[in-house]
Amino acid sequence: MAAMPFAQTIGGTRYRFDDLKTLLARATPLRSGDALAGVAAESAAERIAAQRALADLPLAHFLNEVVIPYEADEVTRLIVDRHDPVAFAPVRHLTVGGFRDWLLAAEAAAVTALAPGLTPEMVAAVSKIMRIADLIQVAAKCRVVTRFRNTIGLPGTLSIRLQPNHPTDDPRGIAASVLDGLLLGAGDAVIGVNPATDNVEAVMRVLDMLDTVRDRFDIPTQSCVLSHVTTTMLAMERGAPVDLVFQSIGGTEGVNTSFGVSLSVLREAREQALTLGRGTLGDNVMYFETGQGSALSADAHHGVDQQTIEARAYAVAREFSPLLVNTVVGFIGPEYLFDGKQILRAGLEDHFCGKLLGLPMGVDVCYTNHAEADQDDMDTLLTCLGVAGVTYVMGVPGADDVMLAYQSTSFHDGLSARAMLGKRAAPEFEAWLARMGIGADAERIPARLSPALIGLA
Amino acid sequence: MTAPSLWRDLRRFTGARVGLGRAGTAQPTAAHLDFQESHARARDAVWSALDVPAMEAALAPLGLPVLRVASAVADRRAYLLRPDLGRRLAEGTDLPRDPGSVAFVVADGLCATGVQRHAPGVLERLIPALSLPPGPIVIAEQARVALGDAIGEAIGAAAVVVLIGERPGLSATDSLGLYITWAPRRGRTDADRNCISNVRPGGLTYDEAAAKAAWLLRAAQGLGATGVALKDEMPAGALPAP
Repeated sequence: MAAMPFAQTIGGTRYRFDDLKTLLARATPLRSGDALAGVAAESAAERIAAQRALADLPLAHFLNEVVIPYEADEVTRLIVDRHDPVAFAPVRHLTVGGFRDWLLAAEAAAVTALAPGLTPEMVAAVSKIMRIADLIQVAAKCRVVTRFRNTIGLPGTLSIRLQPNHPTDDPRGIAASVLDGLLLGAGDAVIGVNPATDNVEAVMRVLDMLDTVRDRFDIPTQSCVLSHVTTTMLAMERGAPVDLVFQSIGGTEGVNTSFGVSLSVLREAREQALTLGRGTLGDNVMYFETGQGSALSADAHHGVDQQTIEARAYAVAREFSPLLVNTVVGFIGPEYLFDGKQILRAGLEDHFCGKLLGLPMGVDVCYTNHAEADQDDMDTLLTCLGVAGVTYVMGVPGADDVMLAYQSTSFHDGLSARAMLGKRAAPEFEAWLARMGIGADAERIPARLSPALIGLA
Repeated sequence: MTAPSLWRDLRRFTGARVGLGRAGTAQPTAAHLDFQESHARARDAVWSALDVPAMEAALAPLGLPVLRVASAVADRRAYLLRPDLGRRLAEGTDLPRDPGSVAFVVADGLCATGVQRHAPGVLERLIPALSLPPGPIVIAEQARVALGDAIGEAIGAAAVVVLIGERPGLSATDSLGLYITWAPRRGRTDADRNCISNVRPGGLTYDEAAAKAAWLLRAAQGLGATGVALKDEMPAGALPAP
């Protein structure tokens, strides 16, 4: 169907929006990336005009008008081809504004059941007319549970990815950070290293080392080296102990091409990991990272705002039943999210959209040193996400990633969030923490976790 | 029976902030203030500028032409908000042709400190190890990585090596990165490049970085490409060809 213009009058001025992607972009709360792309509203009045017009749009319209042409983009084809009209039925009569009211009033089970009937663009649209409190409340209703060697996402849990990066992938340096994190209750989501290089041999050495640590301490969790998917495939071919296959993904075919991946490569990688059969409780073998702004950075955004494209990345993710997905919200820099205020909202939007689409959504609560943000902003975002029921957050020694040169949440932050919000680790991991005697002593390491067992002597 | 291991002893194995202790579930005051100090220093480093005359003097002994360009960005704030302009050469930039060479770009990036300190040392080791003729060294201000594509295209280079200041972290405000792109031209994406990061004291040494870059350039020459097509399979401990 051809695009129809939308219009709204505010204070005597009539605003016109040529098509759906323009309407979505102009309705988006201000962020630097949309200004950089030239798609942001030019005034607060234009933005609210777009939000009012968007609120009046029937949800069913999103099934008739796409933001990037079907013929031109395999992510659009995935979104259209996978839409489930039966799951959509409870809300198909609603407008975007009516959908917001419905979500706020609905029971958790009804919200959770919608996921296959929702498209990323519908979810992005409703988020644009929501306040932060709305994003938190509705996300908290979504239930998403995944399994590999433990159970992630049960109500009342908050899991932590242990991120023990080292600038040269030194095995003992990584092992020391792993042990530090375990002693502070982190690691139930995954023990995941960002390698300093994509060298296959180096990646395999880290994979072997992580698997040895997991095995020596008998930890009910999974490991991952976050190399490019094709490097991980090569490592699997050569017999490396790969639990989870990682890849950064985006919401258009073009951004995925810039990452050197496609849906077919991801499909092939997942099949390969499944044949290894390493999961004991389940077969969620994929781990994805995303983040607003990557499509613009790769010049593959098609004039669509960065938050809508981010939601489209979740359609890619859910195709592969991942164990974990996280948005690296503050990593990309101030040209996309300028300051703490923009990072806060984006983190909660991404979590909301991911959860509504049925993903085990985590957030890398983070910032770089060239963004106008600091630890206070991160504390605020982490607390809001904890209330929203975030599946997991990162755990980095002292909040300082010495390889990637950015600040994420510390192991201490994870512990504090669990304590403040009454959250627990994944049940299998929590039982292991108790069994190993972790948490009792702030100075000595329990004998069962002796550093010598993992080469630290 | 040996004495129990102490948590703080983990600090021997990594520069990461391990073994901090805890106050309740939070970090103790000393660790908290150490972090805040590091962040303050990193914030100041973002606004550091490249000392171009000093860089020209440090590069002169290498015996290659040293040129100077700027991106289309006006100032540091615009640099942060407009990466598109940081990838474009300033209006009217004129570069000499040197077809088939390996061009070098020494760029400030997000922090000038690292490139100022480490670029000359890496280049001194890399240039003799090349299997292709070295082209000019171009000092670029307010530059993003992809400015190297425009520079390499103008020169007609076979490959471009961009040595650029990495975003300052808390533990390192002097880290250098190398980005290698075969057949550079405007419109290349990150999937077309190979990257070597964390060149600094405590990270990769100059020798390691130069050996890896030379290996990647030789592999790129054989393959006719860099990026995801070129898997870094340099064996551990391999030395550059004499």
